[in-house]
Amino acid sequence: MEERVRVAIVGSGPAGMSAAGHAASLGMSHILLEKTDHLSDTIYKYQKGKHVMATPEALKLRADFGFEAGKREQILDGWNAGAAALGVNVRYRSEVLKIEGEAGDFLLTLAGGATVRAETVVMAIGTQGNPNRLRCPGADAPQIQYQLDDPGEYIDEHITVIGTGDAGIENALGLAADEVQGNVVTILNRGTDFAKAKKANVALLMEAAAAGRITVRTETSPADVRDGELLLDTRDGQETIRCDRIIARMGSAAPRKFVEDCGIRFTSEEREAYPVLSPLFETTRPGIYVIGALAGYPLIKHCMNQGYDVIEFINGNTALKPADEDDLARLFAGVPGGRTVDEWLALLRERIAIFHELSALQLRELVFLSRVRGFRAGEVVFERNDPGSSLFAIAEGSVLVEVSPTDSAITVGIEQGSIFGEVGLISGRRRGATVRAAEDLVVVELSRTAALKLIASVPAAARAVARISIERQLLQIFGSGLTRDDVAELVEGATVEEKRAGAVVLKEGDEGNDIFIIRRGSMIVEKEIAGKPVFLSYLPAGSYVGEMAVIDGSRRTATVRAAIRSEVIRLPGEAFVRLLARKPDLLKKARTEMERRREVNDFIESRKENFSGSVDMYSQTAQFLVDRGIGEATDVLLIDETLCVGCDNCEKACADSHDGLSRLDREAGTTYAHIHVPTSCRHCEHPHCMADCPPNAIQRGVDGEVFINETCIGCGNCQRNCPYGVIRMDSVPPRKPSLLSWMFLGKGPGPGEPAKAWRKKNAGQVEQPKKAIKCDMCKGIDGGPSCVRACPTGAAIRVSPEAFLTVARLAEDR
Amino acid sequence: MAGTPASRNREYATAHESFLRHRGFRWAKVALGLCGFSLAVYFLTDPRPRPSGSTWIGYTLGTIGALLIVWLALLGVRKRAITPGRWSLKAWTSAHVYLGLSLIVVATLHTGFQLGWNVHTLAYVLMMLVIASGMFGIWAYASLPRALSDNREQMTQGQMIEALHALDRQLNDAAQPLDRARSDLVIAALAQDYFAGGIGRRLSGHYPAYATQAAVNALSLAGEGDAALDRVEKLLVRRKAMLDRLRRQMRIKAMLEVWLYVHVPATMALLAALTAHIISVFYYW
Repeated sequence: MEERVRVAIVGSGPAGMSAAGHAASLGMSHILLEKTDHLSDTIYKYQKGKHVMATPEALKLRADFGFEAGKREQILDGWNAGAAALGVNVRYRSEVLKIEGEAGDFLLTLAGGATVRAETVVMAIGTQGNPNRLRCPGADAPQIQYQLDDPGEYIDEHITVIGTGDAGIENALGLAADEVQGNVVTILNRGTDFAKAKKANVALLMEAAAAGRITVRTETSPADVRDGELLLDTRDGQETIRCDRIIARMGSAAPRKFVEDCGIRFTSEEREAYPVLSPLFETTRPGIYVIGALAGYPLIKHCMNQGYDVIEFINGNTALKPADEDDLARLFAGVPGGRTVDEWLALLRERIAIFHELSALQLRELVFLSRVRGFRAGEVVFERNDPGSSLFAIAEGSVLVEVSPTDSAITVGIEQGSIFGEVGLISGRRRGATVRAAEDLVVVELSRTAALKLIASVPAAARAVARISIERQLLQIFGSGLTRDDVAELVEGATVEEKRAGAVVLKEGDEGNDIFIIRRGSMIVEKEIAGKPVFLSYLPAGSYVGEMAVIDGSRRTATVRAAIRSEVIRLPGEAFVRLLARKPDLLKKARTEMERRREVNDFIESRKENFSGSVDMYSQTAQFLVDRGIGEATDVLLIDETLCVGCDNCEKACADSHDGLSRLDREAGTTYAHIHVPTSCRHCEHPHCMADCPPNAIQRGVDGEVFINETCIGCGNCQRNCPYGVIRMDSVPPRKPSLLSWMFLGKGPGPGEPAKAWRKKNAGQVEQPKKAIKCDMCKGIDGGPSCVRACPTGAAIRVSPEAFLTVARLAEDR
Repeated sequence: MAGTPASRNREYATAHESFLRHRGFRWAKVALGLCGFSLAVYFLTDPRPRPSGSTWIGYTLGTIGALLIVWLALLGVRKRAITPGRWSLKAWTSAHVYLGLSLIVVATLHTGFQLGWNVHTLAYVLMMLVIASGMFGIWAYASLPRALSDNREQMTQGQMIEALHALDRQLNDAAQPLDRARSDLVIAALAQDYFAGGIGRRLSGHYPAYATQAAVNALSLAGEGDAALDRVEKLLVRRKAMLDRLRRQMRIKAMLEVWLYVHVPATMALLAALTAHIISVFYYW
């Protein structure tokens, strides 16, 4: 017999179930169609005993079912009981295959041939059925699974979890929870942040990593799945690990084919795109509504609220405001303009480029996590050197960027709809310029996490941000006098490429005239002489290569390869040729630059016979330094061991400049050709320590120094994340008597870090907390780093790699 | 092959040159100038009755010398007072070395070669002792660091001692199957104090009663094929190599420091004698 209902709800997850529950309580005729034989398959398939969270905490729950954070079993029991109590009409084992007909009379064909007639359809089928797959060789190997039902099933296995969203982290934690199982669990993160996961999950993961139960590998992605092992692309090159099983949790995408077959359009062609929805959740096919994860909302609370709302809408209550309305209204309250929440949201989406392709719901969620601020004309949004990593999007008005540190009259405008502050997302540096409101201004300020989440989950937004940052980088590199229009063609043709450590970007002798800008990471330049590669120079992020071939049409004169995992922007050579033709100033500048490099090349050529030994030595030394992580340093302490007498005055000076604690271990560390790299901070271009600092206490100062400020809570994450072991945890020792009273009266422990015994004896009543301590390059101390100033023989030197690692130094006499 | 971003706004950069070559031998040139000046005024004038400390040239050279001595002694304070500011200890060391050497000329000419058994000559002799020990120091600083670096091969001193302890534990276990006589050899090796013998041994690096060496010699004569014996012998050879390295490390470090045990106390004595010299000169004016 054919059933006929007012509303057919497809899928019984939190969204569908909440919708059915509300329909039942309103007395609306309904049917809940579920593919499996139980409610809420997604939650059902969570691993046993999983703790389910209820975020965002601030959001009110509006549903006929209760829901609060708790164990999977508890929640499922509650829902089953609720469904029974409300009298929800469920039909299990009823996969919907086809939806035909028009609003008012839809015909749903179920697996097995049965049909259901409904006036309206609510689709709440989620995205679980369509996980994102691995895209590397061996991706169809049998040891890869996209689902983990019971972590207790696996024992004594080497398991690699790929993806650091909530699902991946929870699976990894589950697999490593019981030591008796003997699993060796590794989790891979493509980047350094855990933007997609909930904070609490990240904290648990870090705790497990600290306890050695899970290996967390950041900046790592799978390269090849092999039998019993897995080849990884890491920051420092490729590495093979043992791996019996891969659990890939890299998100999922809408089951697009089925949804499109129902006549529903998507926002774009991207794999991760969502259906086009009206604010009432109605799709492009009238009468069919989409809610829940399929609408772009993976969180249970959102889903349940939407289930409630959609039934209200269908029931004719179209004036119902979403549950977060009050919170959003509060957010917009202080902003001039007097618009309603809906007007604001429509305005933001229409005007701000990176919001264009967000669904109304995604936008609501994003704005919920952001701040909206108004500024009067002339007011400062942020100052040069302010700390801060948030991203600003201009909703109304425009801003002026003061590009020159000395003259505030030199400005560059950024117009309505664009973004600024994006550098903070990429490098963690301080604000590079002061930004003022050019006219009355309204901006949306997205926290770094919210912005990264936006970039990670909406490809269109990622492209918009990438485009803008490429454009700005080009303008910065090729100097003033260029406008956005001048570089538009270059930006259009630009592509971002990832290079793993050691990958060749340019090969000596090859043809080609594309230009590369190093966006992150660093490169080394080599030239082959007498069959051996000779190290020419080191290029930090922000440099560009390859323009010589463009200017004089020659072949590549040297090989350029990535020193560490890097990202380059490839610019089409032809477009650059046209730009040079239009801009004689730029051509002149490029030619001067080229002349300088010719000289280095000539120098190498001239040396190759009589000095081949020293050139060899130099190349090997340079390679050693790059291997020791100098490739990502911005400023590093080196010790020339032909001069070092081992007096440790550098350590003592360091301790005496910083509360009596040394941030440097001179003797430890590696040495090659008498150049010693002591255990001391390199102030990495992309600091690993910064990646996961809960109070965001690690920052970069004006001179490029990475330092920890007084808000450190002593959690030790940075110490664990630092690959060079240069961060220590210690408490501030008691104050020492002055130098003179030590010299003449023998009071106190003398210069340098006081001994443990003395510290213990002189410790006060209050126990000092242990905090993270690392080199701050003697920030704020006149004269600069005291380790170098205090070296009696000139053995200790501080260098920036680009200045030190250049073959031109061979010509200098020491 | 590439353009690099504008250099960062760091004001300080450190030149890679040793204290001896600091700023193109700036202080060597100053010291030579001072010596030249002293020699010139000494030989171009003809004081009566004869050149001595109590002519105006004598007073001038004496004042310069005394001030230099006090300033040179302040290096010890400069080294330990890590105050802010644009000073460099390397520049101080460089000046200390060259100006200190110039004292040989300045002070000798100040004496007018009038030496005797008195407090004045005591001050002069002490100064020459300080300078002589300092010259040893220059030699040590210029030549030993390379040897120190080569010897340690990235190991810290702590790691060397740790490695020795580890070998000792292994030896202790491995030697259990050995017979009484051979066990005694190993026990003697393990029981021997690495550094016994005092400063002479430390500086010469010569350790005649070398129990580990003796044990190696004895065991290597004792036939092949015995696995336990082989293992002990190998461990003993490794222990000897590690001990040799540690002793070399200690020897070089001692050489780098030992002269300071003359240089610094002699400086203190010199300052006292210098004070006595100056007071007595003015007292008996």
